[in-house]
Amino acid sequence: MSNDESIEINETALPGIGLRHDFMTAKGQRIGVVSHRSGRRDILVYDRDDPDACSNTMTLSPEEADTVAEFLGTHRVTERLATLSDQVSSLRTHKVKVAHGSPYDGHPLGDAKVRTRTGASIVAVLREQEAIASPTPDFSLEGGDVLIVVGTDDALSSVDQIIAG
Amino acid sequence: MGSPILILELGAIILGLGILGRLAALIQLSPIPLYLLAGLMFGVGGAAPLETSEEFISVGAEIGVILLLLLLGLEYSADELITNLRRNYPGGIVDFVVNAAPGAIVGIILGWPIPGILAMAGVTYATSSGIAAKLLTDLGRLGNRETPIVLSLLVFEDLTMAIYLPILTALLAGVGFLGGSLTVLIAVAAVSVALIVALKFGRAINKIIFTNSDELLLLGVFGIVLIIAGIAQQLQVSDAVGAFLVGIALSGKVAESARAVLTPLRDLFAAVFFVFFGLRTDPRDIPSVLLIALVLVLVTAATKIGVGAWSAGRAGIALPGRVRAGMMLVPRGEFNIVIAGLATTAGLNQIGPLAATYVMMMAVLGPLLARFAAPLFRAFGKIRDSVRGPAGSPD
Repeated sequence: MSNDESIEINETALPGIGLRHDFMTAKGQRIGVVSHRSGRRDILVYDRDDPDACSNTMTLSPEEADTVAEFLGTHRVTERLATLSDQVSSLRTHKVKVAHGSPYDGHPLGDAKVRTRTGASIVAVLREQEAIASPTPDFSLEGGDVLIVVGTDDALSSVDQIIAG
Repeated sequence: MGSPILILELGAIILGLGILGRLAALIQLSPIPLYLLAGLMFGVGGAAPLETSEEFISVGAEIGVILLLLLLGLEYSADELITNLRRNYPGGIVDFVVNAAPGAIVGIILGWPIPGILAMAGVTYATSSGIAAKLLTDLGRLGNRETPIVLSLLVFEDLTMAIYLPILTALLAGVGFLGGSLTVLIAVAAVSVALIVALKFGRAINKIIFTNSDELLLLGVFGIVLIIAGIAQQLQVSDAVGAFLVGIALSGKVAESARAVLTPLRDLFAAVFFVFFGLRTDPRDIPSVLLIALVLVLVTAATKIGVGAWSAGRAGIALPGRVRAGMMLVPRGEFNIVIAGLATTAGLNQIGPLAATYVMMMAVLGPLLARFAAPLFRAFGKIRDSVRGPAGSPD
């Protein structure tokens, strides 16, 4: 997650089609994704000689895009949870970062008793490039972990307070 | 019920269009010029004039225009249109002036009345956003950096149509200056109100209309659009604009599902519309306008390429991208025929043959230019490089 800030991502609206995101990789290759409103995704590889044009475009159905995203990392998990909360209007998804030196840094998740105290559920823990889905109470937290929490607005702000200590 | 000949004729027409459509797909071209050609063959003065099905085709053509504009409106949300208008109006205005002028000048030279001049200006102005958007997708250019510039010019043109069509309709109806101004006021007010309503209450409207049943959604949206288009027509604002505004007001899931269920219907009736336009045009008039059409083709291809290249240049795109942007704007198609159709229906018969010839050439030339310009350009670059002495060929 932390290397997000160092990548400069361009976002461009494509009226009538959707959104395009693109960035330059460390090795100097520009790549991007067109997110169609229909859910279709195009993966773009820009031409090195003509940086305004794509030398290759791959078209992915929503399912294929999900599959590729799963191979690549964790972002889609959060995105999907976000849409989940859109569907159930009173529920919100929220990310809570466990700070280094938080009372739960190095302690099992169960110690926080999040569900008993707030009613919110921790549905996943993001650690480095990995998502650990449905963590058990004995799952040991570390500073830098990000908890994905689902619950009502009130419950979520209580979770923030608990984890902050 | 109609005579058995009616059904037979309709079947023959639709099947014929189906075969032409396949042929167009085979050679990877827009089917529009072929549909027009088919209409020319079967219409007044053509090889095999139709007898009984004209009335159905004329109603079908009107529905075709409504659906063309409804689906165009569905492509955009009010937000997108307003943001685009704010950001890209200089390019849009240059596009309008430079590309409407050749048509207007030809109208003036030919001594047409003012509505005819205005209609011809529209015929040369509007790029076919349908053909261009399809080309962008087919050629894998959606990711290209010049593409947002092309798209924003298309959006600007489509929005201009919403103001232009009611004005044209009013002038064609022969209302006086006072009546004309009133219609223009109504049109501008209708467009503004529709945009405001879409922005403020879009969510609520969509919630009411949405249903999970394709059938009910089809009937609901189709019914609403016909009613609004009918009301717009009563107000002399042009049914097409009413349909466009309905399309803009619908967004999100409704727009997506409506697009899915209405696209086949649009394809059917739009094809009927092109045939109808061809039917109304006498092919014997074409030879006399061929030269003018050819000049218009050359001039307006150049002006569109110029506008596209200039706009892309302003956005910092390099030369190859500028050329691609320009070429992408060349195709003319459905709306140019819609405009010419309005004029013909109002009794300006001179415009039909010229517009039909012009659009047929542009609908063929545009995609060809877009497709082959980039490789030609690259080949040219390579020849130049090899003359200079290759410093390290990429191949």
